[in-house]
Amino acid sequence: MRKKDDTTNFSRRQILKGSAALAGAAAGTAITGFPAVIAAEPVTLRYLSTATNQSPAIAEKAAKDLGIKIEYVTVTTDDVTKRIITQPNSFDLVDTEYFSLRNLIPSGNLMGMDANKIKLVDKLVPAITKGEIGGKKIGLQGTAPNKVMYLDGQNSRKFAASPTEWITLIPTTYNADTLGIRPDLIGRSIESWAELLNPQFKGKASILNIPSIGIMDAAMVIEASGKHKYADKGNMTKDEIDLTIATLIEAKKAGQFRAFWTDFNESVNLMASGETVIQSMWSPAVTAVRLKGIQCKFQPLKEGYRAWASGFGLPRTLKGKELDAAYEFINWFLSGWAGAYLNRQGYYSAVLDTAKENMEAYEWAYWMEGKPAEKDIKGPDGGLLEKAGAVRDGGSYNERMGSVACWNSIMDENAYMVRKWNEFIAA
Amino acid sequence: MPLPVKTDDKQAMTHHARWTSYWQAAPLAAVLLLFFVLPLLVTFIVSFWSYTGYSIEPGLIFDNYRDAFDRCIVALPDLCTTFRTYLSTLRFCLIVWLLTLVIGFTIAYYLTFEIRTMTVRLVLALVCTIPFWTSNVIRMISWVPLLGRNGLVNQLLVGAGIMDQPLDWLLYSNFSVLLAFVHLNTVFMIVPIANSMSRIDKALIEAARDAGATGWQILLYIIVPLSKTGIAIGSIFVITVVMGDFITIGIMGGQQIASAGKVIQTQIGALQFPIAAANAVVLLVVVLMIIATLIRFVDIRKEL
Repeated sequence: MRKKDDTTNFSRRQILKGSAALAGAAAGTAITGFPAVIAAEPVTLRYLSTATNQSPAIAEKAAKDLGIKIEYVTVTTDDVTKRIITQPNSFDLVDTEYFSLRNLIPSGNLMGMDANKIKLVDKLVPAITKGEIGGKKIGLQGTAPNKVMYLDGQNSRKFAASPTEWITLIPTTYNADTLGIRPDLIGRSIESWAELLNPQFKGKASILNIPSIGIMDAAMVIEASGKHKYADKGNMTKDEIDLTIATLIEAKKAGQFRAFWTDFNESVNLMASGETVIQSMWSPAVTAVRLKGIQCKFQPLKEGYRAWASGFGLPRTLKGKELDAAYEFINWFLSGWAGAYLNRQGYYSAVLDTAKENMEAYEWAYWMEGKPAEKDIKGPDGGLLEKAGAVRDGGSYNERMGSVACWNSIMDENAYMVRKWNEFIAA
Repeated sequence: MPLPVKTDDKQAMTHHARWTSYWQAAPLAAVLLLFFVLPLLVTFIVSFWSYTGYSIEPGLIFDNYRDAFDRCIVALPDLCTTFRTYLSTLRFCLIVWLLTLVIGFTIAYYLTFEIRTMTVRLVLALVCTIPFWTSNVIRMISWVPLLGRNGLVNQLLVGAGIMDQPLDWLLYSNFSVLLAFVHLNTVFMIVPIANSMSRIDKALIEAARDAGATGWQILLYIIVPLSKTGIAIGSIFVITVVMGDFITIGIMGGQQIASAGKVIQTQIGALQFPIAAANAVVLLVVVLMIIATLIRFVDIRKEL
């Protein structure tokens, strides 16, 4: 919006000042000899995403390296989807989750991105593009990114079964999520998702109240307890949804849950205050609790992780210098500095080689190889994250991403699932 | 403005005056029409549309209303989700209304009849608004360190040996939701009731006392009837706020307690606008019915 206003103001000013101003501008150009392109304003990209993926440091570095101004538009996960569908002209670049593509692509508001313009397209991690690590398939239940990565054509509304040159999203960050626990308050080892509904933690457990993610955590729990084996946890039948919700309701009525959370900060508060000792959690939330000096562990579990991935998409209407700038920014994003920055936050980046070049050897060993930290590990803000000797929860990249069991998803029966979820909340 | 015409007779005068009042009301009417009536109309229309995860299609289907009341009749005497949600919200509404009414009335009485100087009255009235000096969300989050399992109250109770174990029901329970509601909404009762009370002619009370009325009689037969408008206005504020709320119930109830607003929010989050619209229409109808009942007992216009 602001970008548009600026140009309007500029032209109005020109008109108001009349020919004198124009003559002056012409004279200025003549004197300095700068070509018109450089004298023009730098391109601004309106970057729509959740707060998780935005960082002033990245915007600052991009401005310095590329001369592109990044203007963050911050909204919640649900609102990213809503904005793309209802206001596709209100942003130039979007960072959204792969699972929502099942709703976004049929809307026709995103374009297929030209693979030929992405320099490092061959270096994108196979975990995302092919659903494999080191040639070995990982768990692909749910909306695994490789299922929705490619389109039949640039303006196609159908996903392609095999790689094409039209890409839906270029990955930015992805991770493997699990349960967060308070080891100091539990005092024994936790090895299975089934523990979330263990009566031992009555009144001290929590699950996240975002239906499309919460249902996946619930499915992991139910499968771990041996109650039901899903054909695809990320695409349940109506009966499976009924069974899952009925189990949750039963637990809720028995007083298992202390509270539910929807927002990052709520999950941090619940855990840090000791209201809960075991709950659905996101990696940076665990870090936030730990930065308060409170023990908190992102506990690896034997049934594996629930993974998610997020990536850059472009609105179909984007063109001209904004489109070029968007490709330029994406190429810069994959070129290493940003990747290293994200890896240091505990996320994973899309091109590992270039990120490695931008990290210290000991940082890479800690974050990616699961080795004990040689030196103190600092957060992106320079604060102490882990003391020397610490090992990352869940170990190396290959161990963590290799144990993915399912991905966040939009089911075929999404409308029914949301209705049943509301029943669970009301029970 | 046209110049006044010299030949105006009485009829033209009233004609002119009538149009003036319309003009005066026009700006507000335009704003309400544009930002209230129109969106409401759109909501009503969309509630009959069909939807997918990414689109809404114009139509005239009743599926959304049927889904909103899914298995509500066949499940009786068990309550379906919608009935249970509304029952829970209505229960909160009733209890909060009673509590804010009693507390608000008492405070308003104190401010109007017990405080003699205007300055003190103003200062105390301002003190009542202190809870509104920070945002709603911050106010509610601040309850956590007070009422939480390791919060101040529990530390005090356990520390003093009154309890062996911290009380869990202080937070994320019906109790905490009620507490927050009363804390937030009492001021909406105080202001209109105090306003009505301040217009009561003090001579009336003196006359009653001279005639031998007791304090209770004065309260019941003079002050309460003359404060009815304020009570009704305050009640409308409180009832509409509580019926439509999902943030207070969400945060203080640990999101474990359903509310009509939360159901709508979840559906909007899942891009199911038509069914969210249908639920919004249902909520609106319920609230309007409550207000209509209220207005039957008190003629607000008469007293303004």
